[in-house]
Amino acid sequence: MNPPDITLVPLLFASIFTSNILLANFLGMCSFISISKDMQSSNGLGMAVTLVLFLTSGLNWIVYHMVLVPLGLVYLRYIIFIIVIASMVQITEMVIDRVSPKLYITLGIFLPLITVNCAILGVSLFMEIREYSFTQSLVYGLGSGLGWWLAIMLLSAIRKKVEKGPVPAALKGPGITVITIGFMAMAFIGFGGMLPVQ
Amino acid sequence: MELATVLVAPVALSAISAALAVLISVTDKIVNNYGEVAIDINNGSRSLKVTGGTNMLVTLAESAIFVPSACGGRGSCGECKVKVNSDVGPHLPTEIPYLTNEQLEENIRLSCQVKLKSDVDIEIPEYLFKIQQYQGVVERIRDVTHDIKEVYFKLTDGEVDFKAGQYGQIEVPPYGKVKGPTQRAYSMSSVPGDSNHLEFLIRLVPGGIVTTYVHEHLQEGHKMKIIAPFGDFYVRDTDAQMICVAGGSGMAPFKSIFYDFVGNGMMDKRDIWYFFGARTKKDLFYLDELNELQEKYERFHFIPALSEPEESDKWEGATGLITEVLDGYLRDTIPTSIAKEGYLCGSPGMLDACMAVMRSHDMAEDKIYFDKFA
Repeated sequence: MNPPDITLVPLLFASIFTSNILLANFLGMCSFISISKDMQSSNGLGMAVTLVLFLTSGLNWIVYHMVLVPLGLVYLRYIIFIIVIASMVQITEMVIDRVSPKLYITLGIFLPLITVNCAILGVSLFMEIREYSFTQSLVYGLGSGLGWWLAIMLLSAIRKKVEKGPVPAALKGPGITVITIGFMAMAFIGFGGMLPVQ
Repeated sequence: MELATVLVAPVALSAISAALAVLISVTDKIVNNYGEVAIDINNGSRSLKVTGGTNMLVTLAESAIFVPSACGGRGSCGECKVKVNSDVGPHLPTEIPYLTNEQLEENIRLSCQVKLKSDVDIEIPEYLFKIQQYQGVVERIRDVTHDIKEVYFKLTDGEVDFKAGQYGQIEVPPYGKVKGPTQRAYSMSSVPGDSNHLEFLIRLVPGGIVTTYVHEHLQEGHKMKIIAPFGDFYVRDTDAQMICVAGGSGMAPFKSIFYDFVGNGMMDKRDIWYFFGARTKKDLFYLDELNELQEKYERFHFIPALSEPEESDKWEGATGLITEVLDGYLRDTIPTSIAKEGYLCGSPGMLDACMAVMRSHDMAEDKIYFDKFA
């Protein structure tokens, strides 16, 4: 295994900005669109996604490299990754229920749905495809989470403004939101000029 | 392919799943441990120390305080309302449909939906303290129709004090595929004077946990947990004419009410019109008893009505939907000069339709009392 030659700080920066999992790869869109209408829940969900991403990228790396590769079971990676993700979501859910029942209720069904948030499985698969080392994986997971968090916070802030604006009736709600996301994605791609890493 | 290579995948998968399951269980043990929680009831009139982590309804019941719950804690009846004076988080989406705006404002909660996590301060009606748990032994069980059983329990540990028309909850033990004990509410059909017995009329509901148990497993001599009395369905002490409507096992509270009247000499005091709706003659029961009451007491009128009488029934009484019969009587027979009170017991559909008929005859909504089976 040869980890790609990228140091941790640029990797963190890249995963937050230039290759933002949401705005460059368009992964994890459903909760991004539906939760972003409320800033407080966006913040909560962002935090939850970041936590799950950080935990799963580390755990999945360990399981992949310590169990699946040595046993020649790489073909089991999807099912294993998903089990690990589901478990981490379960734990996150229990912790949030205990720590902040209010957030637990506002997130509602979207909290368990993190299980099938494609951003999470996406990060685990990118980490494997790009052959990141353990620390790189952790940083990449954390960075992707922070990037997701940042993107949903930005979007919910913009939506708050847009809501008050004269939006044509047909574009109200998800319509204008998707257009907004398009503009945001262009802005984020702009960061790519600063740091051309993948 | 060697056996070992085929086995290694399921074994690895199971091992990883098992490790994660252990991790989750451990987290659950740590995170869901709320320790001891204090419940303060009615500004210090009672205080309890309980283990947190479960819902308030169950926790209170474990301390012998029985908040009414017709559905047994599934959040589908809206009966288990409790006023909570401490912060237990916002109302859940499961609670909101059962609460009016004022109740939301006052922080009335469905106790089955509120998980006890910290010390709470609650208010409940004083009469709930009257509610007790009894051990009932089936003294008699018999079919009164093809799908309704009359079950007569002897209470072995104390006497019950209830008003005719109220209901009790019976609990069946786990059986077959049903893993936990299940409670359902049924109106008492026995009279309050018979204070060491309780009788219920239980109609078989296809797929119903408690009704199936009662119809297929319950026998004389069996023991059952009964919690009683609950509810505000009882006769208001006025001179108004009572317009009573029931269907099926909705007979139960009226049986209790009428025989309670007989015992107290109340049968001559006011006019009673009792409409009982059924489909065919085989769904009718207690005909002889009720006809006897009608002959004996001039002011008691019993009107059984069949909606789909069969030829073999040779039915000569009223026919048609109970709402049509009720409508006819309210229009033509029942005197309009005397005030009327409505008493209804039966399925939600029947109740709503009868209420509409009563309203159309200018009966005041707050004078219509009902007991809705959900």
